[in-house]
Amino acid sequence: MADEVILLDFWPSPFGMRARIALAEKGIKYEYRDEDLENKSRFLLQVNPVHKKIPVLIDNGKPICESLIIVQYIDEVWKDKCLLMPSDPYKRAQARFWADFVDNKLYHCGRRVWFSKAEDKEEACKELIECLKLLEGELGNKPYFGGETLGFIDVALVPFNSWFCSYETCENFSIEPHCPKIVAWAKRCMEKESVSKSFPDHQMVCDLALQWKKKLGFE
Amino acid sequence: MATDQVTLLGMWASPLSLRIEWALKIKGIHYEYIDEDLDNKSQRLLTCNPVHKKVPVLVHAGKPIAESLVILEYIDETWSHSRILPEDPYERAMARFWAKFADDKCWTTIHGVFTKTGQEQENAKSEAIESLKTLEKIPRESKFFGGDAIGFLDIVFGWMAYWVPLLEEITGIILVGEDSLPSLKEWFKNFLDVPLVKELLPPREKLLHHLQTFRQKLITSSS
Repeated sequence: MADEVILLDFWPSPFGMRARIALAEKGIKYEYRDEDLENKSRFLLQVNPVHKKIPVLIDNGKPICESLIIVQYIDEVWKDKCLLMPSDPYKRAQARFWADFVDNKLYHCGRRVWFSKAEDKEEACKELIECLKLLEGELGNKPYFGGETLGFIDVALVPFNSWFCSYETCENFSIEPHCPKIVAWAKRCMEKESVSKSFPDHQMVCDLALQWKKKLGFE
Repeated sequence: MATDQVTLLGMWASPLSLRIEWALKIKGIHYEYIDEDLDNKSQRLLTCNPVHKKVPVLVHAGKPIAESLVILEYIDETWSHSRILPEDPYERAMARFWAKFADDKCWTTIHGVFTKTGQEQENAKSEAIESLKTLEKIPRESKFFGGDAIGFLDIVFGWMAYWVPLLEEITGIILVGEDSLPSLKEWFKNFLDVPLVKELLPPREKLLHHLQTFRQKLITSSS
């Protein structure tokens, strides 16, 4: 029996992108549904009543929420192809640690680069660079965090490349002089179809970010 | 041989540290416990967890693992007898979901009730109660979230069973009442009755005094 897989998502969401990349890596056919977050569908509220957020993966009627949990689920169910998590328990722990770091540190630093007053901007950029430098340490000389192929940390982090690119256009802030390894790594990831096809249009992301900044009073 | 040595860097009053001890106990793993002074962090802690500089850190065969939920999964995968996480991928995803919810929502808001005053505390109280009401509704067919024996979610939620009544005593704010959250209240009692849970709990009076001093310091420094 074929799996019926649905992904509830929002096109610019880095969290949604994680799920898209994992599904593409595994070659899983699924129905993509874009949600209007200002007018959430009844279906979204039904499948994620706790957080009412995207992404939600629905696998044969069973909803899974929270992007890193979704990626692990995909990896565990479709385990015959392109494993994202390493097999060694210590390496798995490191993968989870750094993915958690992306969520709990990098994400907030990244948001502050967008949504902070002019006088706080420099500090926000500095903190983001510090996060990225730590991640560069973990990457080392490997082509990907996962080694020779995309792994869990790559999938967790690469969606934020859409923000990094947009900072250059909208914020006049480039991470490249400070974190050349991360920029090279991101370019390498973008050469993979599973990643590039999951990315939203750059101009659309910039337009949306500027819209939100205006709305939140951070012009 | 020392190569398989298990060491836990923890702190006696840390709920997250206690989680790891419960898991190690369930698995019957022998470990060395080192109590860290968090006001004067050791070189050892800073070396083992340079990113966050926090406890708990599990060091296994010389390799450090940080972040309590990450450590719990590591323990379950490395010592794969007496599994604490479900085998089924969907059940496992649900367990991870609720663990994240408890840490992101319940922990943060309960911490807010304890560390704030005035309107900020009132806001934290409403949010904490809402998050606890959500836990109350998690379907549970048996005595524990893990079934007939304690599992991953019991270990993750477990700190609340011991800490919440103490925080209620100190702040005078009731978060988990017999009438308001009966299922959770009953689970608190069942959990604390488990022998391996009980024997690892820090002494009540010592913890109460520690928490009272902590809160007093916070209130004094903010006024």
